Amino acid sequence: MKDSKKSKTADRASAAANKNYRSTVKRILDCIGHYKWGVLFSMVLAAVTVATTLYAPILIGNAVDLIIGPGNVDFEGLKTILVQMAVVIMITAVSQWLMNHINNKITYRVVKDIRTRAFNHLEVLPLKYVDSHPSGDVISRIIADIDQFSEGLLMGFTQLFTGVITILGTLGFMFYINPLIAVVVVCVTPVSLVVASFIAKKTYIMFKHQSETRGELTSLVDEMLGNQKIVQAFGHEKEASEAFEEINKRLGAYSLKAIFFSSITNPSTRFVNGLVYASVGIVGAFAAVNGLLSVGKLSSFLSYANQYTKPFNEISGVVTELQNALASAARVFALIDEEPLSPDEYQAIDLKEADGNVEMEHVYFSYNPDVKLIEDFNLQVKPGQRIAIVGPTGCGKSTVINLLMRFYDVDFGAIKVSGHDIRKMTRRSLRANYGMVLQETWLKSGTIRDNISYGKPDASEEEIIKAAKEAHAHSFIKRMPKGYDTVISEDGGNLSQGQKQLLCIARVMLCLPPMLILDEATSSIDTRTEIRIQKAFAKMMEGRTSFIVAHRLSTIKEADVILVMKDGHMIEQGNHESLLEKGGFYAQLYNSQFADS
Amino acid sequence: MKKLLKYLRDYKLESILGPLFKMLEASFELFVPLVMAKIIDVGIKNQDGAYILKMGGILVALGIIGLVCSLTAQFFSAKAAVGFGTAVRNDLFKHINSLSYREIDTVGTSTLITRMTSDINQVQSGVNLVLRLFLRSPFIVFGAMIMAFTINVKAALVFVVAIPMLSVVVFGILLISMPLYKKVQKQLDQVLLTTRENLLGARVVRAFNRQQDEMEKFDTENSLLVNFQVFVGKVSALMNPITYVIINGAIIVLIQTGAWQVENGMITQGAVVALVNYMSQILVELVKLANLIITISKSLACANRVSDVFEEKSSIIERKGQWRKAQLSEKASGGNGTEEDGDNTPAKVEFRNMNFYYAGASEPSLSQISFKVQKGQTIGIIGGTGSGKSTLVNLIPRFYDATDGTVFVDGVDVKNYPLSVLREKFGVVPQKAVLFKGTLKDNMLWGKKDASEQEIYEALDIAQAREFVDGKEQGLGLKIQQGGGNLSGGQKQRLTIARALVRKPEILILDDSASALDFATDAALRKAIRESTKNMTVFLVSQRATTIKNADQILVLDDGKLVGAGTHRQLLDSCEVYREICFSQLSEKEVRQHERQ
Repeated sequence: MKDSKKSKTADRASAAANKNYRSTVKRILDCIGHYKWGVLFSMVLAAVTVATTLYAPILIGNAVDLIIGPGNVDFEGLKTILVQMAVVIMITAVSQWLMNHINNKITYRVVKDIRTRAFNHLEVLPLKYVDSHPSGDVISRIIADIDQFSEGLLMGFTQLFTGVITILGTLGFMFYINPLIAVVVVCVTPVSLVVASFIAKKTYIMFKHQSETRGELTSLVDEMLGNQKIVQAFGHEKEASEAFEEINKRLGAYSLKAIFFSSITNPSTRFVNGLVYASVGIVGAFAAVNGLLSVGKLSSFLSYANQYTKPFNEISGVVTELQNALASAARVFALIDEEPLSPDEYQAIDLKEADGNVEMEHVYFSYNPDVKLIEDFNLQVKPGQRIAIVGPTGCGKSTVINLLMRFYDVDFGAIKVSGHDIRKMTRRSLRANYGMVLQETWLKSGTIRDNISYGKPDASEEEIIKAAKEAHAHSFIKRMPKGYDTVISEDGGNLSQGQKQLLCIARVMLCLPPMLILDEATSSIDTRTEIRIQKAFAKMMEGRTSFIVAHRLSTIKEADVILVMKDGHMIEQGNHESLLEKGGFYAQLYNSQFADS
Repeated sequence: MKKLLKYLRDYKLESILGPLFKMLEASFELFVPLVMAKIIDVGIKNQDGAYILKMGGILVALGIIGLVCSLTAQFFSAKAAVGFGTAVRNDLFKHINSLSYREIDTVGTSTLITRMTSDINQVQSGVNLVLRLFLRSPFIVFGAMIMAFTINVKAALVFVVAIPMLSVVVFGILLISMPLYKKVQKQLDQVLLTTRENLLGARVVRAFNRQQDEMEKFDTENSLLVNFQVFVGKVSALMNPITYVIINGAIIVLIQTGAWQVENGMITQGAVVALVNYMSQILVELVKLANLIITISKSLACANRVSDVFEEKSSIIERKGQWRKAQLSEKASGGNGTEEDGDNTPAKVEFRNMNFYYAGASEPSLSQISFKVQKGQTIGIIGGTGSGKSTLVNLIPRFYDATDGTVFVDGVDVKNYPLSVLREKFGVVPQKAVLFKGTLKDNMLWGKKDASEQEIYEALDIAQAREFVDGKEQGLGLKIQQGGGNLSGGQKQRLTIARALVRKPEILILDDSASALDFATDAALRKAIRESTKNMTVFLVSQRATTIKNADQILVLDDGKLVGAGTHRQLLDSCEVYREICFSQLSEKEVRQHERQ
């Protein structure tokens, strides 16, 4: 189900990428458009920088021409030229720095705008999107892709424009000084490009081998080191090392080739540059002999010959970088373009305090139209009732929760809270009336206090401690190095699963909402603590409606109504005793746990 | 870092030849401006076409020799670097495998994996780069200066002033900006963390209506990132303009000084051009050197991370001499290692006043644990979350060392066994069911390297896995994906149990390893283990009272203390905690009813 959805969006994305290549560029330009005066200024500065940079060698050449030999030095003329040079150098330096600074600023601002937009969009995307896309993919769009984009953009700003101007400028100056030598340079330079691309093609295959083998090695390392405790328990270290060394040896052989071939590029292009230099030297010298060129002009030429090939190499780098940047930008825009949640209805009800009546009327729902899930589901919950939902994996228990919280909208039928259709009230007010604890504990990185007060940021210290005590989390929190100020690492890495669940429970205890949803909330907590927590819940929930999903039957025995679900249908309903008496599916489930041993 | 250098020792020749040929190439490059000066001073001045051609030929020849030297250098350094990387990888893998659970806990698996893969790669390319370039760039910088001295001492003094100035600027900016770049990277990680959290916690964020706050938080983090980026950009954008000013300033002085020297007949016009050329060469090399230093400092950081792992020594040390002594004393005393033992056969497993602290913990995870287990007994271990059940069983095969007190196996202190001898006695089934990539049979062979198919089938029978294995077309040849992705949780658990049973261990440890099995399978499994493994001592860790209540001895743990030991019946009468656990899971009737059986 998820696969088909994914491939559909992938198709759409690739089609969009092809068709919207231009529109991506246009959108990037739109984003940059906010800073158009900065861009314009930066371009002017770039032109100034290139012009002055190219003018300097001419001045040097002119200066050299004034130093011909003993007694033949024009000190007066030299002075003017050197002063001119000093001015030109200062202008170059200042405009170069300003240009770089402006480019940095524009790039990072643009990137920040896009990143914030992408993140904010995440918060309004339907959960359907979040559920059906691997989080790694979305993260890499917001982090890696945007980074790639910013690098490309920055390089584009700083190198593409200046590179092109430099090449054109150099050519212009060269043709202006001496067309013949200019032609020589123009003819020889492409050789370096040809050589470079030839080597690149050859090395590509080596790098492919290398990265494949590297992937193989990483997956072995991942497997063996990731489960090192088992490797040790079975004394499997030697075999693991042997397997590792075998792959490592192959990797070494490929790496050697890949590194060597790729490192040929630089010396080879340098060699071609040397050829350009030599040709300019020889042709220039002959021209000088024939009086077509002064020595100073020749020295200007030599320095151009050095400068001229550089932007070529750079530009070919920039072009690939820009292509990557465009592809990345397209992926980011695809995320931003995902359709957001429908906004709350106009004049939606702001539900203040739910009375605890919940009704589900003829509810139909499925994640994927081809796979029916919930069909004609009906339920009446009176205030204060405790509803337990049980059934085998995949029967739709958690889906009911998704619908109650309006994480997903029903396809047909209606869910009503306090007599109002939940689609007619603001999402905010609906959710504020529920307290929710899920099996997948989610904690944010921050202190324990921050986490408990997540639903009520202005809670007092006493309230927080009281909630923690009710959740039976107080005693382990006290034992942590800094108590309530202990920082828990990302996703509570330094806590056990059970401790994480206790914190999630404390988080809800603090909010005291009128209705409660517990989706396998105590699955990792031992039964003894669980019972104590349930007592606390029971006290807290007095007169409040609660929904409990659990697979541990001991957890749900005391519910007022037990809904037994199978394949999206409610097949039995009643309390523990009546269901056992009935001898149906529930009785079967319940008795299986006491199968004789 | 020094530790890692020893891996280059095997590549001494390559590590010397690489830089050597690189320097040769550089020296040829240094001759180029001199040859050019000759062309100007002799060729052009004397209008000697043959001489110009000859010198031009030398330029080309210098280029070719340079190319050959450079290729040789690249080859040797690539060989040394790859050899180095391969050796480090092999050794590090072995080293990590020798670490005990304590070190794995403190260091963390994921960082070990990154160090094993990307960090070593980074170090490898760092080594390659150092061998190739680190000598070359300073060599050219100082070589150019020395060449300048051979031309004219007075003019060369300009170099003596300019080079230190340039170095101060280049390295100063590097020194300032590098820590700033680290700050940027850290902030980017923060942005990534916030994004990740919001994706994984999308339901919770929405349930608590915190979207607006999260957006604000992200915007703050993101703005901070941009501020850092712009600031770093501003600093590092200074590099190019300042070096440009210094170099060209030096050229102005050079021309002025050169002019005087030419006027006095000390040097020629061509020499002035050569001096200017040398100055430009220095600029190019310094920029390269700066980039090189950035890469090297990154590799150094990685190298430190790698050698930190090498520093990490296993806390579990084999005492070789003690093993013989223990064997001898066992022989002498007729197999009785524990002196106070009354009867002649020592307990299979004994804990004596054992305390255990996890690394860095202030509270003990287990305190004052003493108990004895006889051969062939089944031991149930029960207790709440975090009560120390898993820790207790991990101490028996010496995955951790007791902080004080002693653990005996067969009457010998576990610290006196060679690890391989000790672990050979155990079959361990960890909490997390992990299988490895390969065939089903490969996985079974982890338990016993030379197990026959019949032995494997026996183990599968006991583990209740025979049926589903037979149901698969490929049988034992069934391909298992990494992490066992193509099997259900329950199937994986049964296979991990079979894996441990294949070796017919003296002691079997089941660490809550039947949690994914339904009650009926769980019961059948326990029955099969009991019936077919008469002499096997079995440790059963569980949260389910039904799982352990028929054990010969039940150990009840509460907050790291042993609060009860005995049979189900004894404990029901004597142990408050045990009673609470039982009644939290079963009704009174059920508890008594099963007691009667």
